[in-house]
Amino acid sequence: MYYKELVRQMYDIGLGSLPIIFLISIFLGAVTVTQFYYQMDGQFIPNSFIGYIVRDMMIIELSPTFSCIILAGKVGSNMAAEIGGMRQKEHIDAMDIMGVNTSAYLVMPKVLAAFMMIPLLVTVSAFVGIAGGYIASVPVGLFSHNDYVTGLRLFFEPHNIFIMFVKAATFAIILTSVSCYQGYFVKGGSIELGEASTRAVVYSIILILVADYIIALILT
Amino acid sequence: MIRAESIRKSFGDQEVLKGVDFTFEAGKTNLIIGRSGAGKTVLLKILVGLFAPTAGRVWYDDRDFSSLSKQQVRELRMEVGMLFQGNALFDSMTIEENIRFPMDMFTKMTMKEKQSRVNEVLERVSMEGINSKFPSEISGGMQKRVGIARSIVLNPKYLFCDEPNSGLDPKTSITIDELISNITDDNNITTIINTHDMNSVMEIGENICLLHQGQLAWQGNKDEVLQSDNEELHNFIFASPFLQKLVDRVGAKNI
Repeated sequence: MYYKELVRQMYDIGLGSLPIIFLISIFLGAVTVTQFYYQMDGQFIPNSFIGYIVRDMMIIELSPTFSCIILAGKVGSNMAAEIGGMRQKEHIDAMDIMGVNTSAYLVMPKVLAAFMMIPLLVTVSAFVGIAGGYIASVPVGLFSHNDYVTGLRLFFEPHNIFIMFVKAATFAIILTSVSCYQGYFVKGGSIELGEASTRAVVYSIILILVADYIIALILT
Repeated sequence: MIRAESIRKSFGDQEVLKGVDFTFEAGKTNLIIGRSGAGKTVLLKILVGLFAPTAGRVWYDDRDFSSLSKQQVRELRMEVGMLFQGNALFDSMTIEENIRFPMDMFTKMTMKEKQSRVNEVLERVSMEGINSKFPSEISGGMQKRVGIARSIVLNPKYLFCDEPNSGLDPKTSITIDELISNITDDNNITTIINTHDMNSVMEIGENICLLHQGQLAWQGNKDEVLQSDNEELHNFIFASPFLQKLVDRVGAKNI
């Protein structure tokens, strides 16, 4: 039963979030390139540096943080509403009476699924963001294919990939545990359920940003 | 048998139950009745272990619930079935998966054995052939029957029903009452029903506990209800204007 629930959650969080992650990442990469091209225009900095900046921006910061903020809105609110709805409809009481460890059955598969799937989504986001940067610059003639690819290969630090995975895994745990907590302990009716969903998203985003800063301090 | 011993329960400053003593007998349909706010649901949730009492004990035969270990509570849970007011059927599961859920959690039965048991209990509640439907695809009365099927799938010794007639038309209510009563008799289980349905009281009330303002106001059975002079019971039973007029005309004991 736990395995089945884990697979369902992995499917929902992973495949279910892929389109939105794809969409935001492509624009994140595109905006980053356009913005930096504008800021560096007229200065004596080679164009290839834009590829380098986009790569590291996506890997270290934009992909993990932005993706998880978006996922806090999509996945987090969904989890809070799902568990909160189960609380209100006495499903959790029913499981308690059946002797099910409800926190383990309802919360753990979600946390584990997010812990496994969100780093993968963030990896996809980094690749798509870099590709988005390419699409927004090379075909429209801002600079050449060689400039961009040279930049992508410049000063590559494998440690940055490690930072990306640490952030993704940490944010995954934060957004799922905060959201599940808000849903699990909801009291009252539909208004309170809506408030719990909102709190899940707001608290998750705040904690993600705080954790982002702490990880940056520790790992850079 | 389940025994409530001096049960008290407070939420903040508000004392909802003020020392309730009552024995719910085995093989009988035991009813907890009373007006809204009398403490019926709180008592039921304490009996089933969803709330901890502020003071007092709950005995399942010779087992004191509060002194059981986690493993013993888990074992006891296998002997308990509960029908919720809103049925509490899991929306994302089919009827078969809903009924199978307790078996998936507690037993090592094969899938074939589980399916066979599901069909058996569905037949018991006259709901054959709806295995693959979802709860949202069946009526309220049917959901109630499926809820009963799920609650008896592990052959419980103790069955709890929270407002089993709520939201049902009178005819379906009678059918549900009869079903619960028959299951109680056939399996010799301790059934505790929380209700304010007068028809249930008069039809299946073999052992009745009337709560009033968190205290036991009266106890007896369906045959004693109309004979009693208890004021609280009288006020509860004859709350409807129609019945009151009837009482005024013929007298309660002659109804």
